Amino acid sequence: MDLNFSPEEVAFRDEVRAFLVAHLPEDIRDRVRRGDDRNVSDDLRRWQRILHAHGWAAAMWPVEHGGTGWDKTRQYLFEIECAAADAPIQLPFGLKMVAPVIMRYGSQAQKERFLPRILDGSDWWCQGYSEPGSGSDLASLKTRAERDGDHYVVNGQKAWNTLGQHADWIFCLVRTDPAAKPQRGISFLLVDMKTPGIRLQPTKLLDGGFEVNEVFFDNVRVPVENLVGEENAGWTYAKFLLGHERTNIAGVGASRRELARLRRMARECRREGAPLIDDPLFATRIAQVELELKALEVTNLRVIFAEARQQAPGPEASMLKIRGTEILQRISELQVEALGARALAYEEDVGGDGEDVPRAAAQYMNLRKLSIYGGSNEIQRNIIAQTILKL
Amino acid sequence: MDFAFTEEQQMLQDSIRRYLESGYGLEHRARIIAGDEGWSPRTWAELAELGLLALDIDEDDGGIGAGPVGTMLVSQATGAGLLVEPFHSSAVLATRVVSLLAQGERRGQLLDALGSGEAIAVLAHEEGDGWDAPLETTAVSEGEGWHLRGRKACVYHAPMAHWLLVTARCDDGVGVFVVERGADGVDLRAVRTLDGQRAADIALDARLPPDARLGAGDATAALEQSLDRGIAALCADALGVLDRILTATVQYARDRAQFGTPIGRFQALQHRMADMYMQVEQARSMTYCATSACLQDDPASRREAVSAAKVIVGQAARRVGQEAIQLHGGMGMTDELDVSHCFKRLLAFELRMGTTDEHLRRYREAAQADAA
Ligand SMILES: Cc1cc2nc3c(=O)[nH]c(=O)nc-3n(C[C@H](O)[C@H](O)[C@H](O)COP(=O)(O)OP(=O)(O)OC[C@H]3O[C@@H](n4cnc5c(N)ncnc54)[C@H](O)[C@@H]3O)c2cc1C
Repeated sequence: MDLNFSPEEVAFRDEVRAFLVAHLPEDIRDRVRRGDDRNVSDDLRRWQRILHAHGWAAAMWPVEHGGTGWDKTRQYLFEIECAAADAPIQLPFGLKMVAPVIMRYGSQAQKERFLPRILDGSDWWCQGYSEPGSGSDLASLKTRAERDGDHYVVNGQKAWNTLGQHADWIFCLVRTDPAAKPQRGISFLLVDMKTPGIRLQPTKLLDGGFEVNEVFFDNVRVPVENLVGEENAGWTYAKFLLGHERTNIAGVGASRRELARLRRMARECRREGAPLIDDPLFATRIAQVELELKALEVTNLRVIFAEARQQAPGPEASMLKIRGTEILQRISELQVEALGARALAYEEDVGGDGEDVPRAAAQYMNLRKLSIYGGSNEIQRNIIAQTILKL
Repeated sequence: MDFAFTEEQQMLQDSIRRYLESGYGLEHRARIIAGDEGWSPRTWAELAELGLLALDIDEDDGGIGAGPVGTMLVSQATGAGLLVEPFHSSAVLATRVVSLLAQGERRGQLLDALGSGEAIAVLAHEEGDGWDAPLETTAVSEGEGWHLRGRKACVYHAPMAHWLLVTARCDDGVGVFVVERGADGVDLRAVRTLDGQRAADIALDARLPPDARLGAGDATAALEQSLDRGIAALCADALGVLDRILTATVQYARDRAQFGTPIGRFQALQHRMADMYMQVEQARSMTYCATSACLQDDPASRREAVSAAKVIVGQAARRVGQEAIQLHGGMGMTDELDVSHCFKRLLAFELRMGTTDEHLRRYREAAQADAA
């Protein structure tokens, strides 16, 4: 056993660091650091193009499709370094979700048409899974697609669509056989967001932001060539996709960055006339979460190591998701606690010249979502209980 | 020992509860919050008509004299109703300061104006570096009057107040000064708070007349008493929110079905709601304790009980608020249901008038002093 990264891995990490210093645009980095997402669409696309120019557009893709071909450890190191440097996240919907499905189950034409445009940032994808009545129980979804000649005609409603307002394409689960058992009659469709009959309605979240939408489909005609794989086999693809959604799900990079921010805030904020970081009560709280993050990091690496010997991510990903989200949520709580009463002043339209102060409360509220989406933490615990513990 | 309330006290609570339930729905409230002023003068006038603004004014001063218990019961209702009008700031906190400090003719004028709702006053005390930071605002006597200098941070409801009751260090201890909001040398920067209320950061460099100071001599004891009563009332407000958010969550768990069953049937969620219930009941007990301590004349045990309540209610606010959102799933994250609004008010409670940690420290110090 050797818990150190190999010299090659260390060299790789240094290369990533050097790249980030040289190529991450300062203005984008500043906006990420301040949590200002008002330019998110341009920033994410621009960053994707820069990564693409360097051959690093898709850390997790195989080389044959233009990916890096990196192993999981390198992907992990890349994620950590990007977060530490305040690089924007790469949205998962195209790169990590729909692309693996297209690679594995899509037609040759779909691969040629969609993958390059995901790689270079030309197409922004969003995920159309959840519906108002179908969240945790996704298989109960009702949005219908009926075959009409060369088209499917889609009717229904999707909910909680993240950043769909910027999207060019949406991948949807739709019901194509209402008579079959719930999991059997579902298909996986790729839909151009510009198709007539699609309407987006923004949903205001508790922090005042508009990052999710309801999507209404009113007789939306989708060419049959946009069906992935076989009709009514969509659930299989969806499950395959969920496995991929969970790579790097622990979010260690983000937690590390936020922990550094927390320490900075605790040095700057004062209580009883002294820096908060000198307060044993608060310092102990920081130490506690730091330890939890350390335990998660090592666990994450163990899972990566085990995966390298098997295949798709197993149910252990559930553990990483639960702990990762709990820790990031806890850090954001401590950031608000560090600010104390200063966190009360709040503008819904955060960003601009705002430093840590307006961001902390908004982030704390917004990050409640982490334990809800992507399969809620309760559902993840059910998976651990049923799949690992065989209860 | 008697945990019962009198019929009068109960009626007081019922009247405000009914009033808010019938006319202060989420949409109405959202419109008030979105408006330029951030409060509804009409609601304020109606609260005055119900007599609530004179609630904590002693009978000798022409008020209702409902005291800490009446204030607690009404505050539970204002919390449950998510009221954004300055009931707590003006009718509880500022009114108490005036009652304890103001003398003579001035006393009558101020209390009449506050009790009738004609005027709004707020206590401007905290300065932004924590609840327990030493006061840096100073008042120096200058000629006949005073020169008041310093800053105050996030003073709830200051933008709509007529008077600011500003605390400052003087030669002879702490003084409280009545300052007109619009006076020269008073610079208000209005801010919105995360729970949809209005507050202001205030920079002061003002010359005040001799009679601006409320009372004579060190006001520390009166101030502490007012603040403790204010915190006890704020705990009661949070308790009202806790009751509402728990009820809403249990109801949602009954109604929302996934996998063909109401989610409230899942044992994992039942246990979570059982824990929420217990947290709310602990919060209730500690709010009662703090209120009861405010009825006694012992500053040390009052301080201890009030800080203890602020901690336990603050912890319940955090846990129950988070669980409520989680159990609502995506819907809990939206601006649409009452959970998210309750959640934000509970978060604000944790941070206002001393954070949970600050009161944990104060409690520890008080308890240590007791043991010594
Ligand atoms: C900010 C945000 C962004 C999102 N982005 C997207 C997106 O881009 N695309 C998309 O398709 N979806 C998205 N979602 C939807 C998300 O996946 C769902 O919210 C999630 O699946 C939960 O479903 P629900 O909201 O319907 O909650 P429900 O399923 O109604 O769950 C309510 C509560 O019950 C619990 N629960 C449910 N079933 C069980 C059980 N069997 N055992 C124990 N507890 C249970 C849940 O954990 C939760 O606490 C997003 C959600 C949010 C909040």
